[in-house]
Amino acid sequence: MNFNAIWTIYIFEMRRFFRTMTQSLVSPVLSTSLYFVVFGAAIGSRIDEVEGVSYGAFIVPGLIMLSVMTQATSNASFGIYFPKFIGTIYELLSAPVNFLEVVAGYVGAAATKALFIGLVILVTAFFFVDIEIAHPIAMLAFLVLTCVSFALLGFIIGIWAGNFEQLQLIPLLVITPLVFLGGSFYSISMLPPVWQAITLFNPVVYLISGFRWSFFGTADVGIGLSLFAIAFFTALCIGFIWWIFKTGWRIRQ
Amino acid sequence: MSPIVSVKNLRKSYAGGFEALKSVNLDIEEGEILALLGPNGAGKTTLISTICGITVPTSGTVTVGGHDTQTAFRAARNLIGLVPQEINLEPFETVMNTVSFSRGLFGKKKDDAFVEDILRKLSLHDKKDNKIMMLSGGMKRRVLIAKALSHEPKVLFLDEPTAGVDVELRKDMWDVVADLKASGVTIILTTHYIEEAEAIADRVGVINKGEILLVQDKSDLMRQLGQKQLKIELNEATSRIPDALSAYDLSLSDDGLMLTYSYDTKAERTGITTLLNELQAAGLQLKDLQTAQSSLEDIFVGLVKEKA
Ligand SMILES: Nc1ncnc2c1ncn2[C@@H]1O[C@H](COP(=O)(O)OP(=O)(O)O)[C@@H](O)[C@H]1O
Ligand SMILES: [Mg+2]
Repeated sequence: MNFNAIWTIYIFEMRRFFRTMTQSLVSPVLSTSLYFVVFGAAIGSRIDEVEGVSYGAFIVPGLIMLSVMTQATSNASFGIYFPKFIGTIYELLSAPVNFLEVVAGYVGAAATKALFIGLVILVTAFFFVDIEIAHPIAMLAFLVLTCVSFALLGFIIGIWAGNFEQLQLIPLLVITPLVFLGGSFYSISMLPPVWQAITLFNPVVYLISGFRWSFFGTADVGIGLSLFAIAFFTALCIGFIWWIFKTGWRIRQ
Repeated sequence: MSPIVSVKNLRKSYAGGFEALKSVNLDIEEGEILALLGPNGAGKTTLISTICGITVPTSGTVTVGGHDTQTAFRAARNLIGLVPQEINLEPFETVMNTVSFSRGLFGKKKDDAFVEDILRKLSLHDKKDNKIMMLSGGMKRRVLIAKALSHEPKVLFLDEPTAGVDVELRKDMWDVVADLKASGVTIILTTHYIEEAEAIADRVGVINKGEILLVQDKSDLMRQLGQKQLKIELNEATSRIPDALSAYDLSLSDDGLMLTYSYDTKAERTGITTLLNELQAAGLQLKDLQTAQSSLEDIFVGLVKEKA
């Protein structure tokens, strides 16, 4: 293992994050606050409780997940797309590094950034609503797993993308809808039975449900199933990335 | 001594089916400067990219320092520094960070003193905290060299290091290459400037259409393939070359005052003495004589034409 290379990529990427720290943090904090005002105050005043939790608190896990998933994806996709775009990828391809090392560096950095933003949003939430976290360790573990798996997805998107439009496309077209329809702002049990069944095909449902369980101890689907879903998704991404490096798909002619 | 880089039957076909390298064989000796000379599209960049791991060979093998670039890619790549043809750099990073990044990527421990030393040798030290985008084209090229040298490679590939660079910078670059050679680094550079190969290489490989046409010591190449020309200035213009001289490779200038005789320096007899005697017999009076050695350029043009 070339640990120096992993660390070098990680630090290089994190430096980009710290250079634009203000932008990186202001926007998620601001949008979260807006969500609290709109959903929590305006809508929440008409919905007392969901599954025994005040609506304001109920949406906190979903909000964090929404940000974390989009941030992890876009950070990682940009992180690997940029060297491709400006041509510095030649260095990664000619260095004594294997796919695991490259992925660990880029995905590790993207996941760290997303985790950081997720935690900042959590802290922001404390200013708006009363929340207690039932299973803090599980909460953190879910958060980290989500950051990593979506950063892996982002890495794939970054390798696949041929231009900046494509880079934005997947997060916009796939992730945002899946997250919104994945029970970020409602409980699946509030939907008609048909929609409940359809929703179960949305992988994000399992992540949000599991994450919410770590806060309130209740969930739409079993926690075991949630864990399985995220592990499966992560394995799928890793497998695909392994294949990318093996075949050189879109990176090595 | 076994060669430090050995390329055997290397073929490369791109996705579209285009064969950019056709069974290339090439051995590079430790410590030498080899210039790969060839026109645009000859396959120079493809050859370098395939040795360095940027493109995957279709068949054939490459070893660097005895390590196969496919099966022992870490050991092989550790020995290689690559300066790409295009100036590919992260614009918002500082010189120091960019060069240190390369060092780390090759698994070397961070060493600011070492990196600063490289920058000093490349006259970049005063720019070490500048962002890349603030640098001139020539300085960016030097940053690429610094990156390639940051992990102490034994073999350095320079892909067209002086393409689009003005004359002064080109001379600068030649000095840099000479210094690197003196420090024991093996250098392979590609160029389509003959004068560049002539000026700095120990050996010259000529590549065209994916094939290496020849690899030779620069001076041997010039000696063996070099044609010399004897220019014979006449006292009085003549309208045609006398029939008696038809056996010689002669050409007459438009004004009829200059005969040019081309001869092979490697031939046993150059034919100069008999030619001069026969000129006299034909009644032509000589005013002056001079000889000229053909440049690598003439050799190259001849080779490419021959094989086409
Ligand atoms: N990625 C690619 N896909 C298809 N053909 C390519 C690719 N890269 C280079 N070529 C072709 O291969 C040939 C050799 O290119 P290259 O190695 O860049 O030549 P040189 O560096 O000598 O100018 C050219 O005809 C070029 O068009
Ligand atoms: Mg080229």
